[in-house]
Amino acid sequence: MKHVVRKAFYDHEKEEKWINEMSAKGLALTDVSWCRYVFSETINNEYSYRIELLDKLPTHPESKAYINFLEENGVEYVSSYMRWVYLRKKSSEGDFDIYTDIDSKIKYYKKINVFWTSVMLLELVAVLINLIVSMTHTKFFNINLIFAFLLFILVIKFWSLGIPIRKKIKELKKEKSIRE
Amino acid sequence: MNNTEKIPLTEAVFYILLSLFSPMHGYGIMQNAKELSNGRVNLGPGTLYGAINTLLEKNWIMSFEGEKDSRKKEYVITELGKSIVQGELLRLEELLANGKKVIGGDTK
Repeated sequence: MKHVVRKAFYDHEKEEKWINEMSAKGLALTDVSWCRYVFSETINNEYSYRIELLDKLPTHPESKAYINFLEENGVEYVSSYMRWVYLRKKSSEGDFDIYTDIDSKIKYYKKINVFWTSVMLLELVAVLINLIVSMTHTKFFNINLIFAFLLFILVIKFWSLGIPIRKKIKELKKEKSIRE
Repeated sequence: MNNTEKIPLTEAVFYILLSLFSPMHGYGIMQNAKELSNGRVNLGPGTLYGAINTLLEKNWIMSFEGEKDSRKKEYVITELGKSIVQGELLRLEELLANGKKVIGGDTK
């Protein structure tokens, strides 16, 4: 039986944790679209899930080659949303970690940091445009100032999403200086 | 051999190269690395994919054209790759010898 859950996440780590909690209860994720998750009933904890950010959209040949490699190696591609892919592996086959050494972890976290920083900068540009409009076109003063304020909240949100990521990169780099 | 190739190999790369002395696909490498290290070395698919692509670029390994019906891509070590492993073995032997010299052969 299918279950549709509507839920919004900013933080992909919280999202991944939630999907795994659902899996532990016997609800296995089968499809994802914007703020919409489809689960099907199965035995408890049949799958472990991971969400990964790809370099390119899943339809790009480079991404296809990677997904193909994953599928050859016991990982199932479940769904995608923009550049984020949802992957799963049977829990009975052991731990499911996509990156297992310091170098590849640093590289991956850097990619996520660039992602959130770019989103933040885009929002920041939108804030500035609204501020300029509100200052130069006095009749729209209020509405653009309100937009600027609301968008600024998003800027802070996206900036804060990068904080734990940047902290992880720093810690991993410290580790790397003394061991592999 | 240039300087960048004298840098110690990562554990992942060392076990990938070692595995590919006989042709293997990705899953085979993961299993082999785990087996050789008694379950200690666990290669994640993302880490393995990145390493395989870098090693292909460096020409330390190459694609292996084996059985035509095999859907999975196989890889095998090159002569250059073998010389890298040789160099790494010498380095590891030096570490081992120096370690034993200082603290003695007993691990207890």
